[in-house]
Amino acid sequence: MSKLHVDIDAVEEAAKLLYIRALKVLPDDIKQGFGRLDAGESDSTAKTILATMIENIAVAERTDNLLCQDTGIPIYNVTIGRDVEVDGAAMKAAIRRGVERATREHPLRSSIVHPITRVNEQTSCGRFVPVINIDFDERPQTLELEMIPKGSGSENGSFLRMFIPADGVDAIKTFVIDRVMEAGGKVCPPTIVGVGVGGTSDLCMHLAKVAATRPLGSVCDDPEGAKLERMLSDAVNALGIGPQGLGGDSTSFAVHVETAATHITMNPVAVNIQCHSARRATATFTPKGVEIGF
Amino acid sequence: MTHYDFQMPVTEAQVRALKVGDTVTLNGALFGIRDATQIHMFDRGRKSRFDLRGHAVIHTAPNVKKVPKSNEYPAGYASVCIGTTTSARMERFTRPLMSEYGVRIIIGKGGLGKDSQQAFADLGGVYLAIIGGTAALETTWVEAIEEVDFEDLNPECLWRFAVKGFGPLLVAMDAHGSSSYDRVNAAAAARRAAALAAMGVKA
Repeated sequence: MSKLHVDIDAVEEAAKLLYIRALKVLPDDIKQGFGRLDAGESDSTAKTILATMIENIAVAERTDNLLCQDTGIPIYNVTIGRDVEVDGAAMKAAIRRGVERATREHPLRSSIVHPITRVNEQTSCGRFVPVINIDFDERPQTLELEMIPKGSGSENGSFLRMFIPADGVDAIKTFVIDRVMEAGGKVCPPTIVGVGVGGTSDLCMHLAKVAATRPLGSVCDDPEGAKLERMLSDAVNALGIGPQGLGGDSTSFAVHVETAATHITMNPVAVNIQCHSARRATATFTPKGVEIGF
Repeated sequence: MTHYDFQMPVTEAQVRALKVGDTVTLNGALFGIRDATQIHMFDRGRKSRFDLRGHAVIHTAPNVKKVPKSNEYPAGYASVCIGTTTSARMERFTRPLMSEYGVRIIIGKGGLGKDSQQAFADLGGVYLAIIGGTAALETTWVEAIEEVDFEDLNPECLWRFAVKGFGPLLVAMDAHGSSSYDRVNAAAAARRAAALAAMGVKA
């Protein structure tokens, strides 16, 4: 079986390109999501706000500018398929160089500081940033590099609660509703509400992030999670928080749920919110070359 | 619902005339301010050389490009992308911004809290909601970065922008104790029980 040999310079180039592209062009599923919300919106202020957001997407593309000034925390999700040869440590270093180059060469605002000294190195990098998650799948001779510039306004809408088994699923549902109300307009609605259910505390929070950054229209592959996300999607949009927290039907594009098995004594739930600038970009490495998409 | 075109700075009377639901478009000077800017101004005792009396501040930290100073770029910075951040983190700075610097208008997203609402009533101020995440559009309303204070805090400097047709922005908190956010939050709280019941959650 021949192998895909991943060129490290190509990873650096892709990491740079994806960061800039993600900040400028929204994926089609999100654009279509705006159309759906606008069609179902009954509040006139909310409709005006949605129209401005839709206009902004067009202005960003026309002027080749960033959709939002928040360059976010750069996150790279690497998925390595079968028969792939890549120098992992070199790949991580290349991603970091790509982030630094995007920041310097575009230029982009470096939004990253040391957590205690608050010193900004002006590189969009720091300890453990960019965040790099590595996983594996079955695709032959394929390496996928997904870039998420996670905006801080919505990232600050992150919550974890270790409920107990006796609290049941009712506690999970109530927690999500209450956190969406608490977040209000601060997380830049319309949002994608990511919900993690189960696992350990850290896995639960990670699941919430995976859920928040999943494409619109995708469904949780656990049927119980899928049932919960349908229910919660309707419930959050019945609250009337609306775009920017100024009232209306369009509080969220969707609630996404991801689940993991948990311990007999545990009932954890996590919420991670994605703002309406639901940005992502992907590079897929195969023997044919590098393909850029969402 | 009335629309106002403001040439900055404005008077207390102009600001007190605004009511929630009105819209405002700004022209002239606009000051960009953020977390670190205000931490340095109010917690660490740094004083800005800018005269903010009667002016508007916007909660922002822009993407900029350093360029040689010129008539077009008087501060040596070109705008790349200028947008708005979540205001709630900066709640405790509203009153000192108004009482110590004479700021009349705060522009941001997501709203401010009760202390700011009280400061607006006591001192004559308003909060204008801009649409978060629409920075590409907002950038087209900014003509130039005219001057920068606290440059070491980049990107969280105190920026003086020249703006033209900056808006329309929605008056979301006024000097009469009214807040769009309070109204929406109260309505959401009233709908909470029904939303939970629809999911089969036992009261």
